[in-house]
Amino acid sequence: MNRLKLDRSLRRDYLTYAFVIVAYVILQVFSGTKGFSPTLRGQLVPICAYVVMAMSLNLTVGILGELSLGHAGFMSVGAFSGAIAAAALQNAVPSPGLRLAIALVIGAIFAGIVGTVISVPVLRLNGDYLAIVTLAFGQIIKSLIENLYVGVDAAGLHFSFLKPHITLAQGGRMILNGPMGIPNIGKISTFLAGFILIMLTLFIIFNLVRSRAGRAIMALRDNRIAAESVGINVTKYKMMAFVTSAALAGAAGALFALGQNTIVAAKFDFNTSILILVFVVLGGLGNMFGSIIAAAALTILPEALRGFADYRMLIYAVVLILVMLGTNSPQLKGLLKKLVPGKKGEEV
Amino acid sequence: MEEILSVQGVNVYYGAIHAIKDVSLTVNEGEIVTLIGANGAGKSTTLQTISGLLRSKTGDIRFCGQSIVHLPSHKIVERGIAQVPEGRRIFLQMTVQENLEMGAFTRSGGVEKDLERVYALFPRLLERKKQIAGTLSGGEQQMLAMGRALMSHPKLMMLDEPSMGLAPILVEQVFSIIRQLHDEGTTILLVEQNAQMALSVADRAYVMETGKITLQGTGAELAQSDQVKKAYLGG
Repeated sequence: MNRLKLDRSLRRDYLTYAFVIVAYVILQVFSGTKGFSPTLRGQLVPICAYVVMAMSLNLTVGILGELSLGHAGFMSVGAFSGAIAAAALQNAVPSPGLRLAIALVIGAIFAGIVGTVISVPVLRLNGDYLAIVTLAFGQIIKSLIENLYVGVDAAGLHFSFLKPHITLAQGGRMILNGPMGIPNIGKISTFLAGFILIMLTLFIIFNLVRSRAGRAIMALRDNRIAAESVGINVTKYKMMAFVTSAALAGAAGALFALGQNTIVAAKFDFNTSILILVFVVLGGLGNMFGSIIAAAALTILPEALRGFADYRMLIYAVVLILVMLGTNSPQLKGLLKKLVPGKKGEEV
Repeated sequence: MEEILSVQGVNVYYGAIHAIKDVSLTVNEGEIVTLIGANGAGKSTTLQTISGLLRSKTGDIRFCGQSIVHLPSHKIVERGIAQVPEGRRIFLQMTVQENLEMGAFTRSGGVEKDLERVYALFPRLLERKKQIAGTLSGGEQQMLAMGRALMSHPKLMMLDEPSMGLAPILVEQVFSIIRQLHDEGTTILLVEQNAQMALSVADRAYVMETGKITLQGTGAELAQSDQVKKAYLGG
């Protein structure tokens, strides 16, 4: 039975991988045709970024069971460190693909470092207090970046905090202009890169969850005292989940930033954190497949509703309410259970 | 008999409240030692201090001759102290077998053999091994919590109020299992409010009142003591 259960959850993992691949192929084929609207084409990279954001937050909220309200903060760290790296390497690394890959890795590393630093105070807290501190963290990151100025010249990167004046050598230029953000980003993110990042994220999360460490993390969520009594190192495993989640969000942030013309710190505010939390809750706590669907659908929806400009947010809200009511109805759940084998309400 | 656990002059505070005052106790290998007392006497606090969940301001706790007073709780489990927490803290969303496997978290290998041993002790758990733990009855959950603790191969097993909230017949069952474990050589430190049951199985006992140990002796001695009779055994 244990084996059978393992097989069932593994099968769900493979189905999720398969779904992402099929969705990618279909979208890739259709995006070349005339019927595919340019707005939707422009949304492909942000959708990938938000899907990764939702999955990474789901690791903290769904698998670890801690409510984090500052996930956009990690996205912001990844977005700015990734975009600065890409701009600084413009001449050194001419290949846009390689530059993007480096930017994603740098975004993940920086967000991972910030995640490690803040996990020290944050993971001493539980429940509401943890939520409050992560919320504050998101705001702090936003304020810090709004006051950060970065320029580049032949000598390398120059940083300034609060003071916008940086003296640069001949041929140097400003990359990050405080509250004005980073203008003229090269837009090197591609749908293919987004797809690869999603697959990589799935691979990392599924492998973590199915490992010994993953069981320890879920045991902590289920019952902290029991977990401690069987000898689980609470700090270590909480930190592992939290930092992985932060690093993935950093990579998503870099992908997002490099798909935009301009990014400003104000974009990654509290509202964005909540938006991502909505994806997670709507898709189901601990359910990665759900996160993918919810993030993709809710990113497209406001754009698709652009025609009804005045009623757009109203319809958005109504859809949210309907989905929540719908997914809670026993009839619909019964139907889903019949349609999706192995989906028996268990997590992940 | 060799001394396996010794607690010397431990003081624990909850903020300004002095919860346990200068508590000292010892457990010898192979013994059942019980700690009895009323609600709020500090019994559970004492156990949690031994298992590293709470910190003592003073004194020392030695296990198998080595001080464990500064170790984090997961290291203490690795050293061989397993705690069955109060209120049957099991992993409600996992199956019975997964719960037991979590008990062996601190080590690898030999899990199959230990599972067999636990299932032999608790045939009820074998019947229900695929069942989600949250659907077990209270008595079964208590057995699962005990089985899980045994999975870590403890040198010392600490039980925190195993009879709490159980029907009398289940209390009998739980205590007969404690006796059986004792016969197999497991060392047990038992915290109980049900003084009568606890004293009937214990080799030695300590009585706690408002954070202090006020009496100690063999189980039989204390069961006969007027003070204990009056306070805990109903005359």
